[in-house]
Amino acid sequence: MPGAIYAEGLVKTFGDVRALDGVDLDVPEGTVLGLLGPNGAGKTTTVRCLTTLLRPDSGKAVVAGLDVLKQPNEVRRSIGLSGQFAAVDEYLTGRENIQMVGQLYQMKAKAAKARAEELLEQFNLADAADRPAKTYSGGMRRRLDLAAALVVSPPVMFMDEPTTGLDPRNRQQLWEVIKQLVSGGTTLLLTTQYLEEADHLAHDIAVVDHGRVIARGTSDQLKARTGGERVEVVVHEREHVPTAREVLAGFGKGETTVEEHTRKLTVPVTGGAKLLAEVIRELDIRGIEIDDIGLRRPTLDDVFLSLTGHVAETKDEENGAAADGKDRRNKKEAAK
Amino acid sequence: MSAVTDAARITAPGNPVTQSIRDSLVVAKRNLIRMSRIPEMVIFGLIQPIMFVVLFSYVFGGSMNIGGTTDPAVYREFLMAGIFAQTVTFATAGAGAGIADDMHKGLIDRFRSLPMARGAVLTGRTLADLVQTALTLLVLAVVALLVGWRTHTNAVEVLGAFGLLLLAGYAFTWIGALIGLSVRTPEAATSGGLIWLFPVTFISNAFVDSSRMTPWLRHVADWNPFSATVQACRVLFGNPGVSTSDAWPMQHPVWASLLYSILIIVIFRTLSVRKYRSATA
Repeated sequence: MPGAIYAEGLVKTFGDVRALDGVDLDVPEGTVLGLLGPNGAGKTTTVRCLTTLLRPDSGKAVVAGLDVLKQPNEVRRSIGLSGQFAAVDEYLTGRENIQMVGQLYQMKAKAAKARAEELLEQFNLADAADRPAKTYSGGMRRRLDLAAALVVSPPVMFMDEPTTGLDPRNRQQLWEVIKQLVSGGTTLLLTTQYLEEADHLAHDIAVVDHGRVIARGTSDQLKARTGGERVEVVVHEREHVPTAREVLAGFGKGETTVEEHTRKLTVPVTGGAKLLAEVIRELDIRGIEIDDIGLRRPTLDDVFLSLTGHVAETKDEENGAAADGKDRRNKKEAAK
Repeated sequence: MSAVTDAARITAPGNPVTQSIRDSLVVAKRNLIRMSRIPEMVIFGLIQPIMFVVLFSYVFGGSMNIGGTTDPAVYREFLMAGIFAQTVTFATAGAGAGIADDMHKGLIDRFRSLPMARGAVLTGRTLADLVQTALTLLVLAVVALLVGWRTHTNAVEVLGAFGLLLLAGYAFTWIGALIGLSVRTPEAATSGGLIWLFPVTFISNAFVDSSRMTPWLRHVADWNPFSATVQACRVLFGNPGVSTSDAWPMQHPVWASLLYSILIIVIFRTLSVRKYRSATA
């Protein structure tokens, strides 16, 4: 029995570029899959194929029990899509935007209006409901975009980089909203460039690179493969290295590595910031002077490095959020 | 948020034609709200034809020979059908830019992910443009009356002429829709939507007496769909300068204008909707 979102061997080429090179996914009902990868890895193209926006060259896709290629319109009734570009009409008010989307989901005008009211309240947009979306902050726009995608409370949701370009506070807020949503049983596929985000929101993570899923598992499983959290210490005096090593070994969950010439010690740990504070205290008690200490979490780069042996190739770093879309366009251009 | 109550909120997937009309009206409403919030766009849309009326009638009037006279008053009456027709075709650029902008902002993606009628996004846009065109024509007619334009027929014929103008304008917005879906940026849609209109509106009977053109150019002008609408308006308004060419569209301008408009709608609507279905930002 395939899950709420199921894909098998999805291939999509734009000219010479194989944007998707056989993507397989299986997301059980009521769970969240984080699709993690750098710009241009094929995350957006995957979402576009699954949401009927793009027809794959080959492969099979089933969403909410419906064949995406054979029953696109039925699929559209069962999904909500929230994109990285926050697709709301900026000249329409928040209320008008949600109402319009509701009506286009074939709700009656009155029902769409009532639902808009509910969602504006729920997404903390009631005060701004009658202002054009143009006047909204980035975070408010994302919330409006998400609210619009939830008008019919679709059983399956797709979010393409929901927090790219948001400041940390707005990101946190949006995470809370998404958590609430999935606690209600919605199946969610979310793409992200941030391991931290996938960590927070997803039950399972699929790492994509060059149009392929190169690894999948829970966040803990992936981190274990990457080496997990570790404490890095640089001691001031070379003669303190052995003592420091002793201290770290007491906290560590693995072997402590030492770079003698830089006086740097690294040890894998679990326990995060709290543990770091304990390490600092203990080093202080032993009278070890430190130049630098930090808790290092595996980043997307680390995951990539350990999985593929190459650093995540972010093709269009400086363009940030727009880069994925731009990449796609360039590929399209090349295809012509 | 239970599935049962939500299903109840959704209207049954009824008749596809009813759904298509309903969805188109929802999108048209959205575009009209937009236009009302960007009044500058509407105002510029009005200034342009008014400027043409003033420039053409006072700069060219007096040196143009219409039906054997260079009387500026005659030219002004001759000119108005041309300006009306040119104004409705310029709605093309607005439609194109609007749709390109929707693509660029990701709104087309949102619409395409919704269970709505396939042609509704474009039909809604062209209907909203039709409303704007009607408004522009109304203001322009008032200005025309102020500079001395008069009709010499009955109300039915005059309204018929405006009907043909609106239909032609509607047809042209479908060309704009296709341009908007085919280019990558709203800016390109604006310039791309305008450039081709210059030869279309100038190689015609709109501003000059086409019988004085070189023969091959005259043929182009006589068969230009745009000329048919201009000629039909002149006939229906009873304005001077009706072409005596024996080309079929010039002899039967009302039918020609109708047929051309319908043909343009059928062709460009089909192409645009097909393009929309595979559109990617």
